[in-house]
Amino acid sequence: MIDHLIPILAGTLAAATPLIFAGLGELVAERSGVINLGVEGMMLIGAIAGFAFAAETGYGAVTGLPAGALAGAAAAMIFAFFALSLSANQAACGLALTIFGIGLSAFIGQHYVSYSLPGLQPISIPLLSDIPLLGPVLFRQDWVVYLSLIAFALVTWTLAKTRLGLLLKAVGESPEAAHAIGYPVLGIRYGAVAFGGAMAGIAGAYLSTVYTPLWVQNMSAGRGWIAVALVVFATWKPTRLLLGAYLFGAVTILQFHAQGLGIDVPVQFLAALPYVATIVVLVVISRDRKLLQLNLPASLGKPFLP
Amino acid sequence: MHLLEPRAQPSQLMRWTAPLIAIGATLLTGSLLFWALDKSPLASFYVFFIEPLTSSYGWSELLIKACPLILIAQGLAIGFKARIYNIGAEGQLIVGALFGGGVAIWLEGSDSGWVIPAMVVAGAIGGALWGAIPALLKTRFNAEETLTTLMLTYVAIHLLSYMVNGPWRDPEGMNFPQSIMFSDNALFGLLIEGSRVNTSIFITIFAVLAFWLFNARSFLAYTLEVGGQAPAASRYAGFSAKRTVWFSLVISGLTAGLAGVGEVAGPVGQLNLNISPGYGFAAIIVAYLGRLHALGIVLAGCLMALIYLGGEAAQVSLQMPSAITGIFQGMLLFFLLGADAFIDNRLRRPA
Repeated sequence: MIDHLIPILAGTLAAATPLIFAGLGELVAERSGVINLGVEGMMLIGAIAGFAFAAETGYGAVTGLPAGALAGAAAAMIFAFFALSLSANQAACGLALTIFGIGLSAFIGQHYVSYSLPGLQPISIPLLSDIPLLGPVLFRQDWVVYLSLIAFALVTWTLAKTRLGLLLKAVGESPEAAHAIGYPVLGIRYGAVAFGGAMAGIAGAYLSTVYTPLWVQNMSAGRGWIAVALVVFATWKPTRLLLGAYLFGAVTILQFHAQGLGIDVPVQFLAALPYVATIVVLVVISRDRKLLQLNLPASLGKPFLP
Repeated sequence: MHLLEPRAQPSQLMRWTAPLIAIGATLLTGSLLFWALDKSPLASFYVFFIEPLTSSYGWSELLIKACPLILIAQGLAIGFKARIYNIGAEGQLIVGALFGGGVAIWLEGSDSGWVIPAMVVAGAIGGALWGAIPALLKTRFNAEETLTTLMLTYVAIHLLSYMVNGPWRDPEGMNFPQSIMFSDNALFGLLIEGSRVNTSIFITIFAVLAFWLFNARSFLAYTLEVGGQAPAASRYAGFSAKRTVWFSLVISGLTAGLAGVGEVAGPVGQLNLNISPGYGFAAIIVAYLGRLHALGIVLAGCLMALIYLGGEAAQVSLQMPSAITGIFQGMLLFFLLGADAFIDNRLRRPA
C-alpha cells in the first residue's frame, strides 16, 4: 500500500496543477462579475500554442508556458469583446469560445501530431526532499507544480490584502457603485478576463509540454469545465479551490493505480470518475442555497451598460 | 470600451436580420482565413459552400446531416426559451444511440417488423433519461444544468467506450471498438436509390410540425416562455418552475436520443466511437440561429449541415483539416451573439 501511496500523492499534485491554474484564472474573472465558460477552449488554444512554440524553439516548457499564456489571453479577448464591449450573453459567448477553441487547436495541431517533447525533470529541493513520505510527494516535482503554488499564494494575497482585490470585488458586487465613484468597470473586467485566459493558457500548455508532452486533439478532455465547476465548489474562495483541485487530481490519478491497488473495475468507469465526482460536488455545494448566495459575486453573468 | 447603449424599444428588424448579418460576417472572416492560409478565397468559398450543392448526392448528404441537427435543435429551443441551458445534448444523443443500438443487438436475427419501432422508443427513453438526471439535480438540489449536462456528456462518452470495448464488441471486428453491423431490419429503410437518405427523416419532419404547433398553440409553451422572460411574473401567475425544468430537459433529451437512433440505425449502421461529429453541440448554434422558431431552425439546420459538408470537402479538395468546421461554428455563434446585442441596444453616440 505504502509503495503506491507516494506515486499516487505525487501524481495528484501534478494532475491538480492545470486545474489550479485554470481554476484560479476563472475565479478572478468571476470575482469581477464575468462568467467565462470558454475555459476549455482557452486551455486547448494555450495547449497547442505552447506545444508549437516549445517544439519550434526547442526550449520546451520554458517557452511553451509563456506562449500558452499569451495565446489564452488573446482568445479571452475575443470573448471579452463580445461579452463585455457588446454586452452579449456571457454563457453563450463562453460556449462559442469553447467550440472555436476546439476547432482552432485541432486545425493548427494537425501539423504537430507526430511530434513529442522531452518534458520536464523533477527538481529535488535539497534536504526537504529527503523527508520520508512528504519529501518525494511535495519536494520532488517539476518547477511548474511549484509555480502553481506561487500563483495560488499571489492570487490569494491580491484578493484579500490589496487595493486591486478590493476593486475586483467592488466591480463584481456592484458595478453601478464602482462606476459612479469613477472606476473603469469594463477596463477592470477586461483585465480579469485576460488574466483568466492567460491562466487557462498556462494550464493547457502544462498539459501539452509537461504532463503528457504530446499534442493530442481535445487533450484537455473536459478539464476546463471541471475548473469552472471547481470555482462554484470553492464558493469563489482560492483556498477551497486549491483543496478541490487536489481532490480532483487524486480522483484523476486513481485510474492509473487502480490495478496495482487491486481495484478490478473497467478502465472506462474509472476514467469517467472525475466527471461523476464533479456532478457530486456540484450537488453537495448547490443544495446549500444560502452558502452559495452569500459568496456569489452579486453581478455574476449580468452585462453592465452604464 | 462600451460600444452600445440601450434602445428605447427592441428592434424587430434586428431580431430577424441578425442571423443574416452573422452569416455574412462569418463568410467574410472565413475568406480572410483562407486568404491568410494562402488559398484563393473565391476558390475556397466555392469548394466549401457551393460545390457540395452541385450534385444530387451532395443534396442528399445535406439532408442526412441536417436532420439530426434540426431534430435536436427543436428540443433545445424549448428549453432555451425558458432559459434552461441544456448544453449536453451530445451526451443524450449518445445514450439514445446506446439504448436504440442495444435493442438492435438484443434482437439480432429477428425478422420482426417491430425492431425499428422498438429501437426508436428505446432511444427516446434513453435520451430522456439522460436529460432527466440534470432535471432532478436542478429541481432537487439546485445544481446548475449547464455544468451537469456537460459532465454527463463525458460520462456518456466513457459509457459508450465501455460498451463497444466490452460487452457489445463485435467478436469478429478485429478488436476495433465497435459493435456488430446492424442487420437490415434494424436499419431505417432507404428512401432514395443511390443515397443514404432514409425513413428517419420522417421523425424530423414530424418533430418540426409538432414543435411548430406546440409553440403556436399550446398554453404550456406560453408558460415556458413567460418563465424564461419574466420569472417573477411567472411565479405570480402560479406557473411551476420545476415543471419547466423537467419538461425542457426531458424533451430536449428525448429529441437528442431520437437523433442518436437515427445515426446508428442510419448512416453509421452500428455502435462505434464516431456516431456523432458533435451534432449535439452544433444544434445549440442551430437553435439560436433559427431564432428558437420551428421553421427558422429548419433553415439554420440546413446551413449548419452545409458547414459540415464544406469541412469535409475542404479536407478532400484543399487538404485542410476538417476541424475548420469547428472554427466556422464558433465564429458563427460569436457573430450571432454580437449581432443579437443590437436588438436591445444601439451603437453609442458621442455625447
